[in-house]
Amino acid sequence: MKQEYIISAYSENHIGLLTRITIIFTRRKVNIESLTVSESALKGISKFTIVVNETKEKVDNITKQIEKQVEVLKAFYHTNDEMIFQEIALYKVPTRALMETDQLEKMIRRHNARILEITPEYTVIEKTGHKEETQELFNGLNEYGVLQFIRSGRIAITRSPIEKLSEFLKERDALLAKIESKGKLDSSKI
Amino acid sequence: MTTKEKETRRSKQQNVEITGSEAVIRSLIEEGTEIIFGYPGGQIMPVYDALYDYQNALRHILTRHEQGAVHAAQGYARVTGKTGVCLVTSGPGATNLITGIADAMIDSTPLVCISGQVASLLLGSDAFQESDVIGISMPVTKWNYQITSADEIPSIIAKAFYIAASGRPGPVLIDITKDAQFGKLKYKYAKCHKIRSYVPEFPVNKDKLNQASELINNAKKPFLIYGQGVLLSGAEKELKHFIEKTGIPTAWTLLGLSAIDSDHPLNMGMLGMHGNYGPNIKTNECDVLIAVGMRFDDRVTGNLKTYAKQAKIIHIEIDPAEINKNVKTDVALLGDAKRILRLLTLRAIKKKHPAWVKEFKQAYEVEVKKVIHSDLNPAKPGMSMAEIVHKVADLTNNTAVVVSDVGQNQMAAARYSKFTTSRSHITSGGLGTMGFGLPAAMGAKFGVKDREVVLFVGDGGMQMTIQELGTIAQENLPVKIVILNNRFLGMVRQWQELFFEKRYSFTKIFSPDFVKVADAYGIPGQLVKRRQELENAIQTMLDAKGPYLLEIMVEKEDNIFPMVPAGASVSDILLCADDVK
Repeated sequence: MKQEYIISAYSENHIGLLTRITIIFTRRKVNIESLTVSESALKGISKFTIVVNETKEKVDNITKQIEKQVEVLKAFYHTNDEMIFQEIALYKVPTRALMETDQLEKMIRRHNARILEITPEYTVIEKTGHKEETQELFNGLNEYGVLQFIRSGRIAITRSPIEKLSEFLKERDALLAKIESKGKLDSSKI
Repeated sequence: MTTKEKETRRSKQQNVEITGSEAVIRSLIEEGTEIIFGYPGGQIMPVYDALYDYQNALRHILTRHEQGAVHAAQGYARVTGKTGVCLVTSGPGATNLITGIADAMIDSTPLVCISGQVASLLLGSDAFQESDVIGISMPVTKWNYQITSADEIPSIIAKAFYIAASGRPGPVLIDITKDAQFGKLKYKYAKCHKIRSYVPEFPVNKDKLNQASELINNAKKPFLIYGQGVLLSGAEKELKHFIEKTGIPTAWTLLGLSAIDSDHPLNMGMLGMHGNYGPNIKTNECDVLIAVGMRFDDRVTGNLKTYAKQAKIIHIEIDPAEINKNVKTDVALLGDAKRILRLLTLRAIKKKHPAWVKEFKQAYEVEVKKVIHSDLNPAKPGMSMAEIVHKVADLTNNTAVVVSDVGQNQMAAARYSKFTTSRSHITSGGLGTMGFGLPAAMGAKFGVKDREVVLFVGDGGMQMTIQELGTIAQENLPVKIVILNNRFLGMVRQWQELFFEKRYSFTKIFSPDFVKVADAYGIPGQLVKRRQELENAIQTMLDAKGPYLLEIMVEKEDNIFPMVPAGASVSDILLCADDVK
């Protein structure tokens, strides 16, 4: 059964890695619903957040292929209810509409949106939320004519108490040291 | 020179400023590279110029086409276990490598390919012979990187060799802009031993190991199937010890061939589409299936929905992405095959399964009666590929390195060759690249000078890379070429006969007089049309000190059987054309 999954990956900041990751989807003819890449809490480490609508098997396969890339530190996937996620949307509406009626102001309050900039011609409104929420505000504002609209890709955070990235890196160092010292993962110990 | 003197000399050498080009060559030498296959051109000329001073330390083989260079590097890598290296120019030089790189990717062959690139200032300007080889090669390389500054060269080449050969091996492409080749750097080389974001192999999981051992020790009809992972991890001995202690019958994938002696009593033959009868049908009768270093390719499994459903499946594999990719496993043992097999052998109970092994032997008898006997003693006047391969195996005492191209010649070579040494069978498995054979045989011969290298190639595949006869002639390289000429693209013709109502759409192929072509290159050869001439001709070929070409006319419309038709279950393997519904 297809459903929405959020694939997250931590990687080194490396030219071309974005292509390496997206072609994993292209090759399997899987559409990316949204994609966000930015620096994580640790300098030099990027975080990918990719939303797809697919079966669990396919998502599992894709996640492993992502993790297989040399510069990817770790990749994993979650369903929507396993994560807290947000998107941000910006709306440009004519300032005139805001002046003529108090409906717009009420709408902005009701949606917990905020105004970023007002000029004589236009006003820029910002709203964060799930796609349905930002869409709902769009539909409302559009009755007064939205001049421009943009929605970001999704960012998401797991429900576990802390981001264990630094801890993970420590574990990784230990693992690699173990592999490097040839006496390594050997029979005597198991 | 004493060791100390050598060290001083080395440290001195390590601190002078040299060009990026010289750094490329010295880095390759540091990695133990003895031979590179390549083709010069505008954007790689500085590296070629540096190579001129290092000819004694680093041998360069000028192929006739970059595709020849990359397949030769593959042949060399497959036979030696070392990393194959090729060197080409930008643009078409680099794009001509792509087929070989894709082949190496799917067949897990360690390669480092170095391509020249236009100067960094010109990148993206559609300069002469500029192509985005980083972009083009991305889906078919394990890793690639563009060097734009000379000082990156040693560390990136070190990384390239480490990535290519560690874990599940694969091809790496390094693109070096011309200004980086001309640039200067303080040369210092350090091998790469780890990369933070890359885990070449995982430690063996003890619980999984125990689960697998328990399944194996309690199995009534265990069956072990193995692939190239056994060769890549050097686990031949460990595999032999394991099957001998547990008494488990075993079968190989096309790329696993030669890991275990062909005549080993527990070696039951080949899996898959044109594999042996027993290994295919017993896959669907065993109770525990142990897969070692293989990826359950569709040519091995047939229809996945009916593949080994009755069995508990243990998958020993170094690449986590292969686990549950095609076949759902009950116990996945991640890690190096050599180590895991050793650990499993320690835990195994000494056993024999005579009744179960007998079932394989009985299946083999059926196959002998229905397929093998008539393959080796054809009723038709024309020679069969099988009898030729069989004769070569006989006359070489099963000691040759056998290289094959793709198609019927490949299946005949795999089915009827016999092996006593590992890494002796080289073919393009996953990608099925026609034209692979001749250059790969060439590369293999450079890797094992003291052994006979025999190539089986069809009349179609031969013409795809025939220009490499020039390289073979120039190097006077004793490759023994056997062209199995059926005047058809045989495997496609076979499918057309069986599944397309004999509509032979564009599979009839004209060939030149191959013996004359060889002669034009100064390579001796002969044409064999009659069975009576076969043995002498093969002997003459084997006795030749240099290269030799045999063109053998074989039966025009022969088929390779058994056959699991595409998408069918391995249980529904066909033994003859009459079985086709």
